[in-house]
Amino acid sequence: MATYAHPEMLVSTDWAASHRADPDVRIVEVDVDTKAYDEGHVPGAIAWAWNTQLCDTVRRDILSQEQFEELMSSSGVNPETTLVIYGDNNNWFAAWALWQAKIYGHADVRLMNGGRKKWLAEGRELSTETPPVKRAGYRAKNADLSLRAFLPQVQQAAAARSAALVDVRSPQEFSGEILAPPGLPETCQRGGHIPGARNIPWGRASNEDGTFKSADELRALYAGEGIDGSQPIIAYCRIGERSSHTWFVLKYLLGLDNVTNYDGSWTEWGNLVGANVERGAAAGARG
Amino acid sequence: MKAEEYRERRIEAGGWPVNVSSYRVGDEWHAKADNVSPGAALARAAGVTREEAEQRVVERAAELLSRTRRHEV
Repeated sequence: MATYAHPEMLVSTDWAASHRADPDVRIVEVDVDTKAYDEGHVPGAIAWAWNTQLCDTVRRDILSQEQFEELMSSSGVNPETTLVIYGDNNNWFAAWALWQAKIYGHADVRLMNGGRKKWLAEGRELSTETPPVKRAGYRAKNADLSLRAFLPQVQQAAAARSAALVDVRSPQEFSGEILAPPGLPETCQRGGHIPGARNIPWGRASNEDGTFKSADELRALYAGEGIDGSQPIIAYCRIGERSSHTWFVLKYLLGLDNVTNYDGSWTEWGNLVGANVERGAAAGARG
Repeated sequence: MKAEEYRERRIEAGGWPVNVSSYRVGDEWHAKADNVSPGAALARAAGVTREEAEQRVVERAAELLSRTRRHEV
């Protein structure tokens, strides 16, 4: 059985349990549901809220370098700290946080495989206490924008078919039947997908317990859809967090080069004046 | 304290498949409802029994899901 290209990017729940008091390790919970942390979390973990602490709250953007430095400093994180991130929904926003940490050059950042769900299912200890944090003085590296795709790149890739566009939303979002995940507010004017995109829902990379599928299974999944690293890859979803999960899989578990996350995603493309949209099911899903 | 008796089950609410997870922490039960595809969180609630906590999230999930519009493709 093949191993992940970068197995060091994952820690197990056992590892997290045994390092929760390690002064060189900072464990952080990042959830879709920002109230989950208060209900009980990995002892010693702090929390980051995706909607206030992992984005610019005025203009739509990820954190600036200065904002990232402030987040790390106020979280007691040094550039040498081993940052372990986990969260609900099989690490959706944990992957989003990891993506930003990599953009700003944090050397050692990992996901806890299985996330919050696995920790709960294993009946592990929970805490409702927020640990005290000693402020650090963090200096980030300049943003590595090779990890991020912006609209002009995506437009060019779609027009020239020069990159593999991976739409990781559900088949119904991809087809245009629904404009947002069921139960969530519609946040776009048009349904469908970027012309030429392939639909590989993010969840197909996960096992039932929330952990990632094996390297062999992942390779078969993506190669079966033509995603084999032979051309640049751009992952997208609705707002960029589900595609962070897939970006992580492609870049670190499969070790493919030139993988970017288009965080503008469907809330940008689906609202864009004059943008072409394709509708209908993925080729493999048509009856 | 620990999460105990963790359970997940799949039901239908508001015409959509929903994953309901629940567990006990001490004397309190916690429940969460996610849509199955793509797996987004819909509701979270607590209760004195599993049934009470789950019922709350299922009711809230059904309310949200019933608002989802299906468009002609």
